[in-house]
Amino acid sequence: MSSWYEASARQRIEALSDPASFEEFIGPQDREISPHLSLFDLPVQFDDGIVVGRAKLAGKPLMIAAQEGRFMGGAVGEVHGAKLTGLLRAARKLGWPVLILFDTGGVRLQEANAGEMAIAEIMREIVLARSEGVAVIGLIGGRSGCFGGGGLIAGCCSALIISEQGRLSVTGPEVIETNRGAEEFDSKDRALVWRVTGGKHRYLIGAVDHFVEDSNDAFRQAAISALSRPARLDADVLAAEQKRLETRLSRFGALTEARDIWSALGLSRPEAIPSLAAQAFLAESAATRETADDAR
Amino acid sequence: MEKLTFQFETNRIAGGERKQAIIGVVASGNLEVLIERTLPPSQCHIEIATAAHGFGPVWEAVLSDFIARRAAGGLKISINDGGARPDTVALRLAQGVRMIEEDS
Repeated sequence: MSSWYEASARQRIEALSDPASFEEFIGPQDREISPHLSLFDLPVQFDDGIVVGRAKLAGKPLMIAAQEGRFMGGAVGEVHGAKLTGLLRAARKLGWPVLILFDTGGVRLQEANAGEMAIAEIMREIVLARSEGVAVIGLIGGRSGCFGGGGLIAGCCSALIISEQGRLSVTGPEVIETNRGAEEFDSKDRALVWRVTGGKHRYLIGAVDHFVEDSNDAFRQAAISALSRPARLDADVLAAEQKRLETRLSRFGALTEARDIWSALGLSRPEAIPSLAAQAFLAESAATRETADDAR
Repeated sequence: MEKLTFQFETNRIAGGERKQAIIGVVASGNLEVLIERTLPPSQCHIEIATAAHGFGPVWEAVLSDFIARRAAGGLKISINDGGARPDTVALRLAQGVRMIEEDS
């Protein structure tokens, strides 16, 4: 059983797609590198930290993008973003689903303006694709988690899959601590970080649709199952999502600690949640978790 | 960024049929190695971009050792370095050559 958390972007694509079915677009041999990093005397990577291409999953064609969380924290720069934007456009044209293998801290600060614009373009492409019924599925379980603009992109997806190791949020723990102090949020308190942003909590409050153990095979099976979920985004879906978020806010808005939320959900042993293995956690939470139904 | 290039002659031709291989990642203490089978079989050309300046002689020693130990004839090797130690460089080069020898 290979760990998704430990795997590289290329290994994840290899493990996810049918054997020998992956064909990369704008691969490292094209040397489509960041035009900004040399200004800071920083080393580039030939694929700019994202691998994009087409593949088959369970015999069906789709598009795949995988971020490399070890290169600059998987951060989105101009080229990195443009590769994902282009992939989403091609997917919409062909009517193929898209898998985004998130592993990112957000926008790359050295090319922040280009990166922020890329995030906006990607979000627009996802909304356009989904308005035509194209599924865009996010997989979260890498070492850099899914933060900043990555969290915004994930929020636009038609389905999300997460492991316990996965973390999903917009403002990351270090950023909160830098701006508001360690009293507000101690980013070195790993238990706290995972209680707030980690896969189990995100699954319990209905921010994601599938919770899987940290293995390539579990992510593959969940991706196959997520492909059958409804993907269309329209006014009715948005209205339902808004209503559900309002309900979530009224149920949990006054609570300041994840364990209190788990308690309010009706979990009998909230303190035991962090230590449960994947299957036991799923069994424990099946009856009480908030269902996602598109809301993040 | 320091750019280094090395040109080697070798009578050991790289095995396999794959046109290209990539291994590693540009991160602290790590590097990425892109290998392309584009040269005449007796040549190996290696290009390096590194943020750690002044280590030309160390690179030359590691690469000479690599050429002596592995079959790298016909390969163009491009490296983006994040300050990797010599042992990591040697490991990635060996992994890259092994990868290009595999069936495509």
